[in-house]
Amino acid sequence: MSVIMILLGASLLVAIFFLAAFIWSVKNGQFEDDFSPAHRILFEVKPAETTCKSGHACTNKNCKSRICKP
Amino acid sequence: MAIISVAPGTQLRCAHCGEDCPDHKILLGDKPFCCEGCKLVYELLNENDLCDYYTLNSNPGQSQRLPVRKDKFAFLDDQNIRQQLIHFHDDTQTHVTFYIPHIHCSSCLWLLENLHRLDSGVQRVTVNFAKKEALIIFRQQETSLRHIAETLTSIGYEPYISLKDLGREKPRIQRDLIYRLGVAGFCFANIMLLSFPEYFSQYGYADVKMNHVFRWLNLTLSLPVFFYSAQVFFRSAWGGLKSGFLNIDLPIVLAIIVTFVRSLTDVFTDTGAGYFDSMTGIVFFMLIGRVLQDKTYQGLSFDRDYTAYFPIAVSVLKNGQEVPTALPDIRINDTLLIHHQELIPADGILVKGNAIIDYSFVTGEAVPVHKTAGEIVYAGGKQLEGNIEILSIKEVAQSYLTSLWNRQELRTPQEEQPSFIHLLSRYFTWVVLAIAIITATYWWAHDPARIWPAVTAVLIIACPCALLLASTFTNGHILRILSRRRLYLRNAAAIERLADIDHIVFDKTGTLTGKAAASISYHGMPLTMEKLRAIGSLAAQSTHPLSKMIVAFCGKDDNLPIRNFRSVQASGISGWAQYYFIQLGNAAFTETTKTISTDGSTVYISIDGRQTGYFIVRHHYREGVVALLEHLQKKYALSLLSGDNDAESNYLQKVMGPAATLRFTQQPADKLGYILSLQKQGQRVLMIGDGLNDAGALKQSDIGISLTENSNNFTPASDGILEADQLTQLPRFIRTCKNNKRIIVITFIISLLYNFIGLFFAVQGILSPLTAAILMPASSISIVLLTYGLSEWMGRP
Repeated sequence: MSVIMILLGASLLVAIFFLAAFIWSVKNGQFEDDFSPAHRILFEVKPAETTCKSGHACTNKNCKSRICKP
Repeated sequence: MAIISVAPGTQLRCAHCGEDCPDHKILLGDKPFCCEGCKLVYELLNENDLCDYYTLNSNPGQSQRLPVRKDKFAFLDDQNIRQQLIHFHDDTQTHVTFYIPHIHCSSCLWLLENLHRLDSGVQRVTVNFAKKEALIIFRQQETSLRHIAETLTSIGYEPYISLKDLGREKPRIQRDLIYRLGVAGFCFANIMLLSFPEYFSQYGYADVKMNHVFRWLNLTLSLPVFFYSAQVFFRSAWGGLKSGFLNIDLPIVLAIIVTFVRSLTDVFTDTGAGYFDSMTGIVFFMLIGRVLQDKTYQGLSFDRDYTAYFPIAVSVLKNGQEVPTALPDIRINDTLLIHHQELIPADGILVKGNAIIDYSFVTGEAVPVHKTAGEIVYAGGKQLEGNIEILSIKEVAQSYLTSLWNRQELRTPQEEQPSFIHLLSRYFTWVVLAIAIITATYWWAHDPARIWPAVTAVLIIACPCALLLASTFTNGHILRILSRRRLYLRNAAAIERLADIDHIVFDKTGTLTGKAAASISYHGMPLTMEKLRAIGSLAAQSTHPLSKMIVAFCGKDDNLPIRNFRSVQASGISGWAQYYFIQLGNAAFTETTKTISTDGSTVYISIDGRQTGYFIVRHHYREGVVALLEHLQKKYALSLLSGDNDAESNYLQKVMGPAATLRFTQQPADKLGYILSLQKQGQRVLMIGDGLNDAGALKQSDIGISLTENSNNFTPASDGILEADQLTQLPRFIRTCKNNKRIIVITFIISLLYNFIGLFFAVQGILSPLTAAILMPASSISIVLLTYGLSEWMGRP
């Protein structure tokens, strides 16, 4: 029967962990705004501009210049 | 007037805001715009590669037809004002939260959170969509608060900064109940699990040693529930007891304590497992009910007073310089510069400028008033055209409008009528106590050893938690059904008060009539186009609001010479327009002999001394309002309180029925007084209004509902907010609230059946934990389902 004791302890620990997680998430304000996070994740982050202001296609990713020559 | 009909679909819609575009086209590429403002926003976003804004949602913008004054946010440069708005700053960064009413879709979210692409000083923007707020973190070395506010304004997201934001802490969100609920849920579930061996112990599954461990574990787990989660009920019962009122929480607390003590003694004396599962279950379910009932609408505010309407600062002229000054710092004899479309913050004397003031906000009068230099203007009015200067004669806190809020009637909190639930529970408590006493005497005579188990079992089983559950769940659900129909009530107590009303008081302007423009019609001899233009051109010389409507109706010809123009205050205007001598005004002024009584404001016309006809200006009543009033007068007493003149009184009397009381030219204080006098006669009053002028009456009435064109708009303090186009649904709302009580009573009767079954075991002293464990959740869950089903069924369309 002692195995049940161990299981009991383990299950209670897991349950306490989830209770703590719940309290943390409430404190963190995760239930306050149910719109923004759901939509924010869908926004695409566009890759940085690959064409310079001059209009030339640029292949050098490290180039910081906005006006470069081909 | 001829109406140009447009086939649907052919009209161009603005690429920014989706409004109809005017005939003369404002184009950028192939994109049409309704105004230069919208086009400007588009260009700005296009330049900064932010046009995803338009692809996420179609036409997400706000019309920019009304340009925002250039230095509107100059006051944000003022150190003192700024200090009170920001909530954190250090050497490098500042945090500020702006309320932005226009936030309404995912495009808004995206654009605002990309604000750093427009202003590199902005570090991060986090939008709270539910509250329509944006938390902005910026580096103050690189940008300024004013610049951010102006950037937001330039892309159509003007932050709303009002006097209310000044130096007041925002209320913290109440999460307390949720924590308690979480703890109760955790303990309840585990106790339930650990109780299973006990339930089946009679069938030979028992292991004495294990049972012992389980019991003690249960006891430990029940401690947080008893000492933490259930505190809500203890506190409310104690509060009621202290003020000499037996509320429903008292018998519940009694049952919780009895259950707990009985369970403790059972475990300590090793005679049983106790009823920890039932006790934690009761607390858990009742807490769910509380949470559902107390759910608030974050985006709405029910407690707005005048400070939410007033600007935070105003320009004060000092030595010819405009100095932005916070409102509380305005002193008597300061010269205030009120810009176009700004609110007058303090009572004062008009010194300079042409004042056309819209007092509809304060008095409900639809027609703006014209004031000349030397006259007194009151706080709360909105200057419609051009800038004016006023000399303040009172400080903001002492103005006429402000003083309305400081009236004694409104400051003393009204005594809350106790809900019928509490009265019901009181009878219930007495009956339960009687049963307990009878049980005790019976067992005292027959088998004294069974007094304790039997009496405690009676008290445990007869806890009116089913009644509390029924009421909280039904209230919560009815609130949600109402909010689906766009009536947002402040709390559950408002449901009951709305169900009990017998007198409905309406405001006129903005409530029965829409905020949309009035209609104008011409009656009389046919006019030639030439004469029509002549009338319009003459009326264009006057700034009177009625003249403006006439100009809009007749059109004008700027080349037409106007001679001998004369304007007589409160009478009319006259003058020569080309070959015609035209008089416009009231009957006496135009020497009209045939006066007529109409349901609107009448302007008579005489051309060359001959009466030709008259214009009638009518305010549009909301669609369906007439049918609504005719329906309501059968069941309720009706009243109308209007700040406006009595031009439409005949018509309204006809619509509202002969029994209705109509009062016109009512000041805000009069409205409040009228509600008070009705209440003195013992009537329960529902007030429906919209403006600040109704605020006192809304607050004083048993239930005040404020009407709003859309829920983003501002509404005065009230018990409920109703979207204007749903006004015609009012009888249904009242019916739904009445059903609320019915549902609670029905479910209560059903829960009594459960109680009788339980009592059958309890009085005999043979209530086993298993029976209790089955009865308790079964009754709770079935009641929750029943309330849900019944309220859905009764609230069906």
